[in-house]
Amino acid sequence: MSMAQHAEPAVGTTPPASGPRTTDGRTARRPLALRLLARPEVGVFLGAAAVLVFFLAVAPSVRQGSSMATILYQSSTIGIMALPVALLMIGGEFDLSSGVAVISSALTASMLSYQLTLNVWTGVIVALAVSLAIGFFNGWVVVKTGLPSFLVTLGTFLILQGVNLAVTKLVTGNVATDDISDMDGFDQARKVFASSFDVGGVQVKITVVWWVVFAAIATWVLLRTKYGNWIFAVGGDKESARAVGVPVTFTKISLFMLVGFGAWFIGMHQLFSFNTVQSGEGIGQELLYIAAAVIGGCLLTGGSGSAIGPVFGAFMFGMVQQGIVYAGWNPDWFKAFLGVMLLGAVLINLWVSRAATRR
Amino acid sequence: MTDNKAAAHGAVLADTPPAGEGALVELRGAGKSYGNIRALHGVDLTVHANNVTCVLGDNGAGKSTLIKIISGLHQHTEGEFLVDGRPVRFSSPREALDKGIATVYQDLATVPLMPVWRNFFLGSEMTKGPWPVRRLDIAGMKATADEELRNMGIVLDDLEQPIGTLSGGQRQCVAIARAVYFGARVLILDEPTAALGVKQSGVVLKYIAAARDRGLGVIFITHNPHHAYMVGDHFSVLRLGTLELSAERAQISLEELTNHMAGGAELAALKHELAQVRGVDTEELPEESDLTAPVATSPEGNT
Repeated sequence: MSMAQHAEPAVGTTPPASGPRTTDGRTARRPLALRLLARPEVGVFLGAAAVLVFFLAVAPSVRQGSSMATILYQSSTIGIMALPVALLMIGGEFDLSSGVAVISSALTASMLSYQLTLNVWTGVIVALAVSLAIGFFNGWVVVKTGLPSFLVTLGTFLILQGVNLAVTKLVTGNVATDDISDMDGFDQARKVFASSFDVGGVQVKITVVWWVVFAAIATWVLLRTKYGNWIFAVGGDKESARAVGVPVTFTKISLFMLVGFGAWFIGMHQLFSFNTVQSGEGIGQELLYIAAAVIGGCLLTGGSGSAIGPVFGAFMFGMVQQGIVYAGWNPDWFKAFLGVMLLGAVLINLWVSRAATRR
Repeated sequence: MTDNKAAAHGAVLADTPPAGEGALVELRGAGKSYGNIRALHGVDLTVHANNVTCVLGDNGAGKSTLIKIISGLHQHTEGEFLVDGRPVRFSSPREALDKGIATVYQDLATVPLMPVWRNFFLGSEMTKGPWPVRRLDIAGMKATADEELRNMGIVLDDLEQPIGTLSGGQRQCVAIARAVYFGARVLILDEPTAALGVKQSGVVLKYIAAARDRGLGVIFITHNPHHAYMVGDHFSVLRLGTLELSAERAQISLEELTNHMAGGAELAALKHELAQVRGVDTEELPEESDLTAPVATSPEGNT
């Protein structure tokens, strides 16, 4: 190519100088308190603390260690599922089937082990495969069709609900599965999923430990790994993420499968706690998980949130659920409380984030 | 690790002379049909290192289709597409990126809620540590992003701020700096100044010049002939899916370029019609004879 005829373009060619490390001086640093308040998990932490203080005041029995262990246990059963549901929400999708998927998993393990007289671990492994497959199916359909995950998982929700009932009746002739507590490997599996241990004379359920462990892993993955970066990216702007080389399909499908994993874990916990599974249960639980994630500061439209927020969100739920009992009130009020909390949390989050980001 | 290799490559490029004399990217009679709609046909385009090739055209002229072919989002259905003299057919933007062709899209391909540094490295994150605990090298990424942005003359107070809080021009510059850092040899800019104010457009044009001086071949898509003329070395005007004009900078004046952009020959015909209507001043409009620039021929003659 000949550059002889190259006329000088009008714009100067010296690259802009990189000056000393100065700031451009247009952004004043906000006070620490405001910066903290802008973080979604701080708002929910304050909310959880307020609920705790409230029930400590009105229900004296909450102050005992054993009550606190029960509250934590209750929170953990919601919290373990709220974690993957929150990650999925940050990734920009919902899973309405997560509540009944828990029961599907438990039914699979229970019936397979019992009917074929296998070691329960076989059932547990197959249930894991089934749960991951349900998650994969949800994710695959959402990604391939581009339909809203609300619709797709509403479909899965109805399918699973029907299949749970119908297959259980077909196999056992009953709406519940048979007791598997005397089968091979039951005690071992119970140790993993549903045992208790002693802390200073108080029986603490092992799910509380799992909850903390999963929350720590989820937080680390979300903030410190490539995959976490991808979750924020696919939830924030899917097309942009694809354009810069983020594997969007893989990220979304794996998030749905992560919810499947959570459903499997809670399903196994229920199975090994109660020895049998009621096939009609689990309906409505998915909304609790989603509510815990939203109260925990996850943006419903995706792209923002944390893993620690839903931990406090789930704790708030567990606290209210048990607190009402300890306070001697009619437990029928629980859902009403939940609704008020959800609305309140969302409004406070909105107000706080606006106030904190504006000035 | 490919990430680090790409990074090193980007750093080396800055002081390496343009590779050879051949074109980095070349289209020969390329075209694209969507079903029975011919969006683009018979387009010749060459991109050299250290050169800015401007592609101008009105809405619907085929500019988007052209960059989608080069950036790997779509495949051409006729003609040839060569990178470094070898015919290629990309099936994904990733393949184009691997060949060093980076595109800064109109929507900038940034995630508004994510911090600047996360956006800078999105899709090509730097990591450290062995697999089970492999984690983001956050300090390294922040330092690198800050360094690269400063090299492009962008000073940000806080790399933690969501990129959505930056102005349009700043975001554009971050996107360009990102492409340059990740070893782009050919930079495609899709209407980078379309949504910007006068001053911000100037800033972006400065970075286009900076990128060119770092040895990149730049394809600058715009419908503003004034912006194009400030940085361009070669101008191609698209109209109705085909080349209306292809000229070196020395062969064409801004006025001619503007006339071609504005509809050129059609406008001249329109002038005669308008002359019949009272109250329309046709003195300033160009005559057909004013449009002297070579039409749709390759002045370089190396095709």
